[in-house]
Amino acid sequence: MLLTIRSLTKTFPGTRALDSVDFDLRAGEVHALLGENGAGKSTLIKCLTGAYQRDEGELTLDGAPISPQSTLEAQELGIGTVYQEVNLLPNLTVAENLTFGRQPTRFGMVDGRAMRRQAEEMLSGYGVDVDVRRDLGTYSVAIQQIVAIARAVTLSGKVLILDEPTASLDSREVAMLFDVVRSLREQGLGIIFISHFLDQVFEISDRVTVLRNGCRVATDDIAGLERLRLIEHMLGHELEDETREGRHAHVPSDPSERTLHFEGVGRRGLIEPFDLSVGRGEVIGLAGLLGSGRTESAEVLFGIKPTQTGTARDENGEIALRNPREAVAAGFGFAPEDRKTDGIVADLSVRENIALALQARRGWARPISRAEQNRLADHYIDRLDIRTSDAEKAVGDLSGGNQQKVVLARWLAMNPRFFILDEPTRGIDVGAHAEILRLIEEVTADGMSILVISSELDELVAVADRVIVVRDRRHVAQLTGAEVETDTIVRAIAAPDADSDEEAA
Amino acid sequence: MTSRTLPLFATIAIFLIAYLVCYLQFPAMLSTRVIGNLLTDNAYLGIVAVGMTVVILSGGIDLSVGSVIAFSGVFIAVMLRDTGLHPLVVFALLLAVTTAFGAFMGGLIHVLAMPPFIVTLAGMFLARGAGYMLSVESVPIQHPFYEVLKDAYYLMPGKGRLTLLGVAMLLSVAGGMILAHRTRFGTRVFAMGGGAQTAQLMGVPVGLTTVQIYAFSGFMAGLSGVAFSIYTASGYPLAMVGTELNAIAAVVIGGTILTGGAGYVFGTLIGVLTMGLIQTYIVFDGSLSSWWTKIVIGALLLMFILLQKGLLRLGTARAAA
Repeated sequence: MLLTIRSLTKTFPGTRALDSVDFDLRAGEVHALLGENGAGKSTLIKCLTGAYQRDEGELTLDGAPISPQSTLEAQELGIGTVYQEVNLLPNLTVAENLTFGRQPTRFGMVDGRAMRRQAEEMLSGYGVDVDVRRDLGTYSVAIQQIVAIARAVTLSGKVLILDEPTASLDSREVAMLFDVVRSLREQGLGIIFISHFLDQVFEISDRVTVLRNGCRVATDDIAGLERLRLIEHMLGHELEDETREGRHAHVPSDPSERTLHFEGVGRRGLIEPFDLSVGRGEVIGLAGLLGSGRTESAEVLFGIKPTQTGTARDENGEIALRNPREAVAAGFGFAPEDRKTDGIVADLSVRENIALALQARRGWARPISRAEQNRLADHYIDRLDIRTSDAEKAVGDLSGGNQQKVVLARWLAMNPRFFILDEPTRGIDVGAHAEILRLIEEVTADGMSILVISSELDELVAVADRVIVVRDRRHVAQLTGAEVETDTIVRAIAAPDADSDEEAA
Repeated sequence: MTSRTLPLFATIAIFLIAYLVCYLQFPAMLSTRVIGNLLTDNAYLGIVAVGMTVVILSGGIDLSVGSVIAFSGVFIAVMLRDTGLHPLVVFALLLAVTTAFGAFMGGLIHVLAMPPFIVTLAGMFLARGAGYMLSVESVPIQHPFYEVLKDAYYLMPGKGRLTLLGVAMLLSVAGGMILAHRTRFGTRVFAMGGGAQTAQLMGVPVGLTTVQIYAFSGFMAGLSGVAFSIYTASGYPLAMVGTELNAIAAVVIGGTILTGGAGYVFGTLIGVLTMGLIQTYIVFDGSLSSWWTKIVIGALLLMFILLQKGLLRLGTARAAA
């Protein structure tokens, strides 16, 4: 075994990012590492490359225990990494990038000719036609990836980690990259391949390991592995038998009672045009894998990436949604996926964060009085049970779950009619998780409509009246009533892939 | 010609065209006398601009250099007045002080993770204040060795004087070119200008390199201070206010991108000479106010910034295509 990881554990304040994870890599294999956002993939990689220090567990490379303290040390040990965002310097030449730190020198000066020769040697065998004297930035991302791989292989030469290398490549470039990966595999490198494109995983990998919530769910040979099984692993399936009794009997199933209609909204390259009608008090779930177009759907609906086609209208006529400002004016709310960067203003207090959206809608000329702000803050701290010492504490100091509650409070203060929640329970503790789900039920009972995006299918099944399945940037299925079950959702997500398997067979 | 060399060629072309315009109006401007004076008069600026180029290439800025030059002049003048040391010993002491000062600022920038703008702004006030501590008045330098230095020149054909100062500037530029473009240190500087985090991932010792960069800038500022003290034969703590900005302007007119990572030391020389040429033209004309220098430099700067933005956009568009 080239590389083994045994019971690797890494905790961050408030979360256990990796919980006793085992992983091993043979020489001459491509091992895919899969998981949704927050499953622990990047933490695992960072522990391997020395960017993070593990709390517990053992790493061995070629049988010898290792503990890389920095990416440089990991590189020297033999573990090289290539990231999606190429970590080379576009303003240096290809040759300088390839030989960086080890440029041949003569009399203390860099020997340009020897450097270029060395660079050309490093690139030979990769089948790319590159003038090493040109700036790296003048080449396409695919070429840059291959240059980065060539550098990593020459420097490290045992383990190559490819972190989402294909995310910004077109299919021809992916094929070129995969040729390179295959030839490296034949040379006996161990390659860890991280991607959320399942087709690519099936195409290139020998084995696959799935992480979920910081735990290893499964490691399987790719041959004979069904797509459906794999997706089940990724999305989790534990609470299969949980019943759905007592849910939302009041919700109108009759489409004529739906008050908010989106027709043919979409944006090229982001999400294909889709229709969506929303009823009062209805909870719609949006399911799909990472990168399938879940978040993109929400961004189009909220005007963050304005729709290029289609219309939105309610009982009073058409609604403009060219930007979030107009969406807010139309009574929409949006709690984004990346709470830390897009949701909270970490340095402002709980009170200020809660008052923010309401103030934005009123405009700066009509400030909300301090007394009113205090009243709002106290009300929501009480209602959502936000655990904070007082309303003046900076939001950045709260735990993830309480930060999320503050974001929710901000929108609830405006009483939106349509509230989009993108991964509302990611990275928050179990207690807060349950409270947020309860809150969803509560506000919908008052007539608010909600769109929930989640990779936790159990969560969707628990709260949603209808589930829309997104795949390859298209809305492909709608499940209602009794169909809203994890099984059916997984099947809908996997559906066409299974078809193509059969075709291929 | 690539997008990398385009600003350099643009700089050279502008300089040549400007010189041609000057020549057509005042044929006397194409003489070795004018050229010799152009080099001598701008020697101090050229020397300090070489240091500034390296700093800007790394994505930083050094606002302290003008004050350091003034401090250097006062330091030399006071030392020569109050001690019996030979000027060469004083120069060595001074260069040690300014290099250490630069290294200290570089260390602060790295350790405190502070923007170079702030740290060197503090350095600017500090160096200016240190100059005042030594003397509040202008101190003349009357040392026989200084007379030797001032009168050391090579008489070019056409009676132009290639002075020691001019040669010192040209050597500084040559040294800077080798350092920036032909050494591993230079590649590290470009790497940091391209992205400090990426540079770190590629194995640049960021802290050490930052210290070295600002130490080099401090050294060049000290050297420039020596040149300036020879040029004026005095030390005055109020001298050279705003020189750091002239140096930055010369670097940018020389085609170096202000955000770092791309540029040429040779371009900086052309930038300095272009600025000197404008001044010479105004002297020749005799009727123009010297403020025109600033206006032309301002216009040139604006032009180069627009050129860089345009190239940047072109580059992104090509990468996207």
